[in-house]
Amino acid sequence: MMPLPITEDDLNGFVDGTLDPNRHVEVSAYLDAHPHVARRIAVYGEHRDMLRDAFAPVIDEPVPTELDLSRMIAERRLPRQAPRWAMAAAAVLLLSVGVAGGWSLRGMDSPTSEGVQALAREAAASYATYVPDQVRPVEIRATDRDVLAAWTTKRVGRPVGIPDLTAAGYRLMGGRVVPTEHGPAALFMYDDDRGTRLVMLARPMKAEPALPMSLHAEGALNSFAWADHGLGYSLVGAVTPDRLHPLADEVRRQIRSEA
Amino acid sequence: MGEARLSSKGDTVNYEMVRLIEPQIPALRRYARALMRERAAADDLVQDCLERAISRWHQRRQGDDSRAWMFTILHNLAMTRLRRASQRPIHIALDDADAANFASAARQEDGLRHRDLVNALAQLPDEQRTVLLLVTVEELSYADAAQVLGVPIGTVMSRLSRARERLAKLMAAEPRTARQSPHLRSVK
Repeated sequence: MMPLPITEDDLNGFVDGTLDPNRHVEVSAYLDAHPHVARRIAVYGEHRDMLRDAFAPVIDEPVPTELDLSRMIAERRLPRQAPRWAMAAAAVLLLSVGVAGGWSLRGMDSPTSEGVQALAREAAASYATYVPDQVRPVEIRATDRDVLAAWTTKRVGRPVGIPDLTAAGYRLMGGRVVPTEHGPAALFMYDDDRGTRLVMLARPMKAEPALPMSLHAEGALNSFAWADHGLGYSLVGAVTPDRLHPLADEVRRQIRSEA
Repeated sequence: MGEARLSSKGDTVNYEMVRLIEPQIPALRRYARALMRERAAADDLVQDCLERAISRWHQRRQGDDSRAWMFTILHNLAMTRLRRASQRPIHIALDDADAANFASAARQEDGLRHRDLVNALAQLPDEQRTVLLLVTVEELSYADAAQVLGVPIGTVMSRLSRARERLAKLMAAEPRTARQSPHLRSVK
């Protein structure tokens, strides 16, 4: 049987030691018969060894403190944006003191528009349906983030950013497309590993493409809703407004920075 | 580290992350150093890479090889920086930078040859330099290198081949070598 012709890939594989034993023997024989090629391959091997040697000292260096992984993880639990969050919390506190009655059902940017109220209602309804679901709270899990993004983009009719709330301690569980009175919406669900779940709903806002953030409450459930560039968003959870507000701000910030 | 806010589940996830990523840090620093050349710039890059890895850990697909995953993050960050840097002219005394960064070779002769090689490597286009480093220094399989670079294996092979050829040419044309063989200089 005729051996296959020797290719450049074989020669590189020879240098990198990736050939199977039979092929290795064939390439060796070829190199014995072709000293000119053999010299070139020897140089390649020499360069490989030299490159390894040249960069080897880096491996033995002590790892600098800034690259201590455990420390980095520990610091993330106290979110890096702590000052900004503290400011947001302080602002919320001041505002609630200012209106003396505390948080109203109307939200903080009154008068609240009809559209954003509908959005908040729809988000609360989705929350009530899917969050308690033990079997399938989400249809597409976070591990298939790309699938989720593609699906929601297709049904909502435009890309919907999937916010990352890891720094705030909330892990993306996944999401689904849900029906609303105003057409298909994207739903993303988050979990803080202590059983607190948040739902973010996003759908087109035809009448009012941009609206400031407002608070809506329904029993223990709170939501912040707003609209940007023709998409309405609502972040809802059984979380106090002062804890939910910075999360909503972070979601809005991420979506704006992606746009 | 006495923070007790995460549940045991969160701690398990973190433990797994530390167990898988931490051993890779020296190699990540090595690849970053080879690309950025400067120690501070390289470690800064690795720090960004680790932060990104922490925040995206939960997005990792099951069965993903954590080493290829980490190198992919690092590589993409490095390419973004190098591209940004190439838009501005940079003036680094390369020899000085290398002398400080790779000066620990035991013998002076080795040190000089390493410096020549590292300088020659720096002259390769990014797409050749990266594949050569990933395959030879980091010893990634061709498949993993393809994943890190986001190209098919065939592209990895052709870039690798061109990188080696080019590096050999550059090294053969090094001044010290050229002095010994003046004929090479009169060609072209």
